Amino acid sequence: MKRLSLFCGHYGSGKTNIAVNYAVRLKEEGKKVTIADLDIVNPYFRTRDSEEMLERAGVRLLTLPYANTNIDMPTIPSEAYSLFRPETGHCVLDIGGDDRGAYVLGQFAPFILEENDYDMFFVVNYCRPLTPTPEKALEVLREIEEACGIGFTALINNSNLGAWTDRRLIEESRGKALELSRFTGLPLAMTTVRRDLATEGEFPLDLQKSC
Amino acid sequence: MAEKFLMKGNEALAEAAIRAGCRIYFGYPITPQTELAAYMAKRMPKIGGVFVQAESEVAAINMVYGAASAGKRVMTSSSSPGVSLKQEGISYLAGSDLPAVIVNVQRGGPGLGGIQPSQSDYFQATKGGGHGDYHLIVLTPASVQEMADLTGLAFDLADRYRVPSMILADGTIGQMMEPVEIEETEPHLIEKPWAVTGTQMKRKHNVINSLYLDPEELEQTNIDRFARYETIKQNEARWEEYMMEDADYCLVAFGIASRVAKNAVVSLRAKGIKAGLIRPITVWPFPEKPLAEAADRVKAFVSVELSMGQMIEDVKLATGSRKPVVLCSRTGGVIPGPDQIIETVEKLAGGR
Repeated sequence: MKRLSLFCGHYGSGKTNIAVNYAVRLKEEGKKVTIADLDIVNPYFRTRDSEEMLERAGVRLLTLPYANTNIDMPTIPSEAYSLFRPETGHCVLDIGGDDRGAYVLGQFAPFILEENDYDMFFVVNYCRPLTPTPEKALEVLREIEEACGIGFTALINNSNLGAWTDRRLIEESRGKALELSRFTGLPLAMTTVRRDLATEGEFPLDLQKSC
Repeated sequence: MAEKFLMKGNEALAEAAIRAGCRIYFGYPITPQTELAAYMAKRMPKIGGVFVQAESEVAAINMVYGAASAGKRVMTSSSSPGVSLKQEGISYLAGSDLPAVIVNVQRGGPGLGGIQPSQSDYFQATKGGGHGDYHLIVLTPASVQEMADLTGLAFDLADRYRVPSMILADGTIGQMMEPVEIEETEPHLIEKPWAVTGTQMKRKHNVINSLYLDPEELEQTNIDRFARYETIKQNEARWEEYMMEDADYCLVAFGIASRVAKNAVVSLRAKGIKAGLIRPITVWPFPEKPLAEAADRVKAFVSVELSMGQMIEDVKLATGSRKPVVLCSRTGGVIPGPDQIIETVEKLAGGR
C-alpha cells in the first residue's frame, strides 16, 4: 500500500466519487487518512459534497474555503504542502479532470517523485463521449502524464451510464479496460461499481449526494 | 441507430449541435457553461469545424452574425452576464433575419450575481433582451436528453423561419450528468438563397443588413416580420402536460423547476390533492392554448420558478387571470424544493 493515492482522469470520469470511497475504505482499514481536493477546474461537484460522510468516517478533509461557494477561484490551499510529508499519513489526492486539471500536480511532482511512494490511478468511464474506446482513453492518459510530469501506475474502470447502468454494461466494459491495460502495461487495479450492482471482486461505490 | 453516453447537459448540447450540422462556434468562457466551449474546442478541429474563443462575448456574437450571413449553421453560448453583453448583436441578428442558435445556461443575477442555477433571464429571453421590435424562439430543456433533442430543433426552427433561436437552460441542467441517447441522423440543412456566398457573377448580390433609411420601409419590414412571428405562434408552441386530465391545481414550470414540480405533483396526489403540471418547452412562443383551456377546469395556478416571478406574467396573460395565479419561487441560485410547492398548493386547497 503506497502512502499517496492520486486520482486523475478525464473530465467527469468519476474521480471525486471514487477518491471519497477509497479514502473511507483506507480509514476502515485503520489508517490515518487525509483526502485533498486539488481540483482547480470545476467549481461544482467537489470533495466537500461528501463532508458529512468523510467526517463520520474520521477522514481529514483538506479543501478550499471557496469550494461550494459562488467564488470560482482556481487556487489550492498552502496546507497542501503537508500532503508531501510522510508523517501526514495516507493521503488521497482528488485531482481535476483532463490535462488542464492535472497541471496542478506539476508543482508537487518533484516531492512525489522523490518520495516515490505513490499510486497514480487513471480513472476511465467508457460511456463518456470523449473516451468511448481504449485508443481515445490512451490519448487522454498521455495528455495528463505530460501535463503533470508523473506517470500513471494503475487503471480504474468506472464505466457507467448513471441510472441506466446494468451488469451487462459493466461486463462489456471489461474488454476495453483490459485492452487499455495491454496498451500501457499498467495493471487494472479495480472496477468500481455502484454498491447495489457490485459483485465479488469489484469496488463498491456509495454515491455522493447530489447538490 | 442511437448511441448511449453519460453526459453533462453542456456536453450533450454541444454534441447535438455538431450532429445538427453546426461546424462553427464562437464563444467566451463563463461558468456554468464552460464545458460547452471546451467540448467545441476539442471536437471542432477534429471534424473540420471552426472554434474561436473570441476576445469577448460582444465579439463572439458579431462573429455569429458573419457566419450566419454566409448561410452557415452557427452557435454561441454563454451564461447570464455574458448573454447580456450579446444583446446588441442578437437584436442585429433579429433585424437582419439571420438564423443562429444562442445558448444561455443561466446563473443567479442581476449583475455578476453568482454561479448557481437560475431562471431569472426569462424576461430577457422572451420579451426581447435587446432593442427594437423582435422575438427569439426560446426552447427550455428540462433534462440532459432535451439539451440534445432541443438543440437540433433550435437549428431547424431558426433556419425555417429565419429567426434566431435560444436555448434557455440553467446551471443545473448544464452541469448535471445523465445518460443520454444521441440519434445518428442527417442534419436537416435547407437551401438559403438569401445568404452572402459570392455571386459567381451569376446573380444579383445579396445584402444582409438591419439599417433602413426610409422609416416606412422599416415599419413594413417589422410588420412583415411580425406576420412570421404569428405563424410561429400558431405552429411552434410546445409543452408537456402531466396528470392534467382531472387536475384541480395546475403547476406551471419549465427546466429544472419542472422536475421538482413533477415530484410535488406525485406527493400531492398521494395526499389526495389533484395536482397537475403544464411544462412549457417553448417559452416563446408561450403555450397559451393549454393554459387557457386549463383555466376552465382548474381552481388555481402555481407558477414555479427560479426567479422573483417572471413567467407568472405570461401565465396570467394566457389564462386571462380567470383563476388565481400564485408564485412559488426561490432565486439567487437557490432551487425551490418539493416541500415548498406542496405547502403552496395545500394553502390554496384550504390550509390543510
